[in-house]
Amino acid sequence: TPQVSDASHDDETCATFVLHGEDHTLGNSLRHMIMKNPDVEFCGYSVPHPSETKINLRIQTKGPSAMSVLEKGLNDLKKVSKHVLDTFQVGSL
Amino acid sequence: MTTEKVKQLKIIKIILFPQVSSTDYPGAWAGYDDAWDMQKFIKKFFINVVSLTDTDIEFDMVGLDCSLANAFRRILLSEVPTMAIDKVKIYNNTSIIQDEVFAHRLGLIPIKADPRMFEYRSEDNEEGTPEDTLVFELKVKCTMNKNATEHATDPDELFINHKVTTRDMKWIPKGNQQELFKDSICPVQDDILIAKLRPGQEIDIEMHCVKGLGQDHAKFSPVATASYRLMPVIELTRPYLGEEAEQLAACFAPGVILVEEIKGQKTALVVNPRADTCSREVMRHAHLKDGVKLSQERYHFIFSVESTGALPPEALVCEAINVLMSKCRLFIREIKENQKDKAEGQELK
Repeated sequence: TPQVSDASHDDETCATFVLHGEDHTLGNSLRHMIMKNPDVEFCGYSVPHPSETKINLRIQTKGPSAMSVLEKGLNDLKKVSKHVLDTFQVGSL
Repeated sequence: MTTEKVKQLKIIKIILFPQVSSTDYPGAWAGYDDAWDMQKFIKKFFINVVSLTDTDIEFDMVGLDCSLANAFRRILLSEVPTMAIDKVKIYNNTSIIQDEVFAHRLGLIPIKADPRMFEYRSEDNEEGTPEDTLVFELKVKCTMNKNATEHATDPDELFINHKVTTRDMKWIPKGNQQELFKDSICPVQDDILIAKLRPGQEIDIEMHCVKGLGQDHAKFSPVATASYRLMPVIELTRPYLGEEAEQLAACFAPGVILVEEIKGQKTALVVNPRADTCSREVMRHAHLKDGVKLSQERYHFIFSVESTGALPPEALVCEAINVLMSKCRLFIREIKENQKDKAEGQELK
């Protein structure tokens, strides 16, 4: 079961999230959307081991909490996908 | 944006290792606004379906980053569910094909059943329910054909039932499946050869077909292929005339370069770069390569998806996009719950 977990830390502007059950599919597209956010100083992801289905997603921001930036990234990615889906459905009918 | 940056971002030069990933992030290019803007994206983005058949689709997806295009491709390969044979009960198998090889072959047969109508079967569920399992039966016995002519050598004439194909697989409806699916459940093709028999050999098998993902086993993958390529760009920086024009046209795939008579001279024109295979053959000819610039458009993806037949290809693409959206939804929910837990924790303090 996928879950979001982060290191307990006082500084909320940087965090590493472990996304269980995910790979490059969500990792790279989410990284792209988060890096498009001007509040983000750094974002990157890694697959720690090929036989474990999890990714580490690192976010460092210029102010807002890393969690809120992650949420915005997910929301943006969802909206883009929705637009792609709507466009495709119109095009393929 | 200066034309220089626009060019740099939109075009990928073809070198041995093309730099595909984009660099247009806020802060990377001084003086440019590269922040995410949904309206800008909607304005630029379009999809154009080039061809669509029962099993194949080719479409252009223009105006989004490769990380997203790649996500859709990867999901098509491994995260869109289909139904496939997963449990096989072998009551009798006297054919020369071994039980485990037989079971593997059966698993790879594409089944025409809409996976959206089924649930995932849990690990500990041995028998399955009508909601998560389709049952097939395969009972074949090979015999001598008594009516064969005396000197016949053709096995088709000598034996009866010596070829076991998917046509012999019989769907056994369970529960309300008969009303729900009528007679629509069957293998996608009915002429796949599963095994060959000789007189006296027989097969008696029960198969359980369940819902699964390609990342678990390739037999659950809904596509034969799902890939994209970037739109080729071919630029001629000098005129190619006469004999040279013909030579240039021969370096590319048919139809890419058209040799036309202009002002009494054969002239090479780039008419259809899409058809190019990006072979770079022209670079092997010293006298031709100086006036040709080969590149690709960074945000123009030519997708081609070939379905195995369980779902039409356009439905597969929609399903793939839906999968990415539900991934996002899942993690957004996780974050909300996480924040709620945190808030409750602070109240307790």
